[in-house]
Amino acid sequence: MLAMNIEKFSFTYPGVDEPSLKNITLPIEKNNITALIGPSGCGKSTLLRSMNRIHDLYPGNKYDGKIELLDETNKKYKNILKIKKENEFIKLRQQVGMIFQKPTPFPMSIFDNVAYGLKIAGIRNKSELSDRVEAALKGSALWNEVHDRLNKSAMGLSGGQQQRLCIARAVAVKPEVLLFDEPTSALDPISTSAIEELIVELKKDVSIAIVTHNMQQASRISDYTAFMYLGDLIEYDKTENIFLNPKEKRTEDYITGRFG
Amino acid sequence: MKRLLINKIILTLSTISALIGLAFLAWILVTLFIKGLSSFHFSLFVNDLINNGLRNLIIGQFILAGMASIIGIPLGMVAGIYIREYGQGRYANLIRNLSDIMMSAPSIVIGAFVYAIVVVPTGHTSGFAGSIALAIMMIPIVISTTDSMLSLVPQELREAGIALGASKYKVIFDIVIKSAKVGIMTGILLAFARIVGETAPLLFTSQTSNYFTLDLTHAFPSLSVSIYDLASDVQTSSRDLAWAASFILTVMVLVINLTGKFITRNKK
Repeated sequence: MLAMNIEKFSFTYPGVDEPSLKNITLPIEKNNITALIGPSGCGKSTLLRSMNRIHDLYPGNKYDGKIELLDETNKKYKNILKIKKENEFIKLRQQVGMIFQKPTPFPMSIFDNVAYGLKIAGIRNKSELSDRVEAALKGSALWNEVHDRLNKSAMGLSGGQQQRLCIARAVAVKPEVLLFDEPTSALDPISTSAIEELIVELKKDVSIAIVTHNMQQASRISDYTAFMYLGDLIEYDKTENIFLNPKEKRTEDYITGRFG
Repeated sequence: MKRLLINKIILTLSTISALIGLAFLAWILVTLFIKGLSSFHFSLFVNDLINNGLRNLIIGQFILAGMASIIGIPLGMVAGIYIREYGQGRYANLIRNLSDIMMSAPSIVIGAFVYAIVVVPTGHTSGFAGSIALAIMMIPIVISTTDSMLSLVPQELREAGIALGASKYKVIFDIVIKSAKVGIMTGILLAFARIVGETAPLLFTSQTSNYFTLDLTHAFPSLSVSIYDLASDVQTSSRDLAWAASFILTVMVLVINLTGKFITRNKK
């Protein structure tokens, strides 16, 4: 079953004639990890950022084709490119969470960081809030390190802890899909492996798409891999096939390090 | 060899220039300190100008600057938020440029402007007119501080808020302003320090008064304007009082400035 289904999707930035993504067709399998790899400028981040329409912060983008999202409540697919109303955007972003390259803790306490999305979703009940915050922090392997300083500022955490906090914050609203945009590229190796373990752990509950520059990371954690190049999707397959038996010459050249 | 020589020459020249600048600053401060302190007495804080004290002037100066802040800070902050967070391209840039021009407008011109639009229609000088003139000075400074402090907030932080389903205004008020809070507060404090010692905008808007008053609808006591009056007085005692008043005003501005610096340093 697919969590998201991208079909013949093209994307053009404002003021540019040439589309940055051309005719992309890509399934995002439910409860699996799909890695997007490719050299800088291939459009993998642009694709990821289309999947929760965060691009819409900056006006003037052109979309074509469709990106469908499975709505768990009624098991129907919905084209997210048709969304226009503010409340539909809010719902989309609760269904599709995002973790960024640099950790982005908000300037508030650890508790308030994790509770932020919940409060926006309309949860006001104090005991429900603290239960959900605790569950999210436990689910992000951060609870043991922070349970005695939940009211301290999140800015005092280490980079790796901050990134896990951002994951907890995204997980707290119980999304269906999580998008990771190079989540470990600003972190040290130990924090990186903690985040990788966490991502693999999370796929029980959510479907995951991850952009990464690190091919070892893609091969370690993902179930499916898509190789992109200059705005085209070159090859998509199970991860072991991409890394062991790529069908396309360009994929092979990239994963063996001949360019990129 | 040649590079080392040039390096030495440039270093010497810059050191000398810095010392010349600092020497004048020290000279001003030392003169103020000696002349001000010799005529300084704690009774200055108890008596009003009519009894050779400065109490009404100090309180009046703070009330004028405080009223200006009540008008100027909210207006400037909201305008700064608009041009950084909501404004699109041309309009935001137009307002930003206008505000920059306003910042360098001569303060006497602002005084003349308020004289024409407030003092002439109402028929007399007033504390309100003075506050409005100071507010006009303050607004562009607050706009520029808010604008530049918000520009330092990383874009990822805004995106992270949006990605959690927050609307734009919630992201701005919950996250962006909170991140820029210390910088904006410091800027506001420095803007206050900037206007609290101004003379020209008050000279013919609020003027000054020898008596203690809280009535902003009439001429209002002002330390800086009284310094101007006292300094050109024929009596030596008046000129001595002007030195003491200058000393007190300088210390006030210095303390506010240092507080601003202290807040930023502590936060870092």
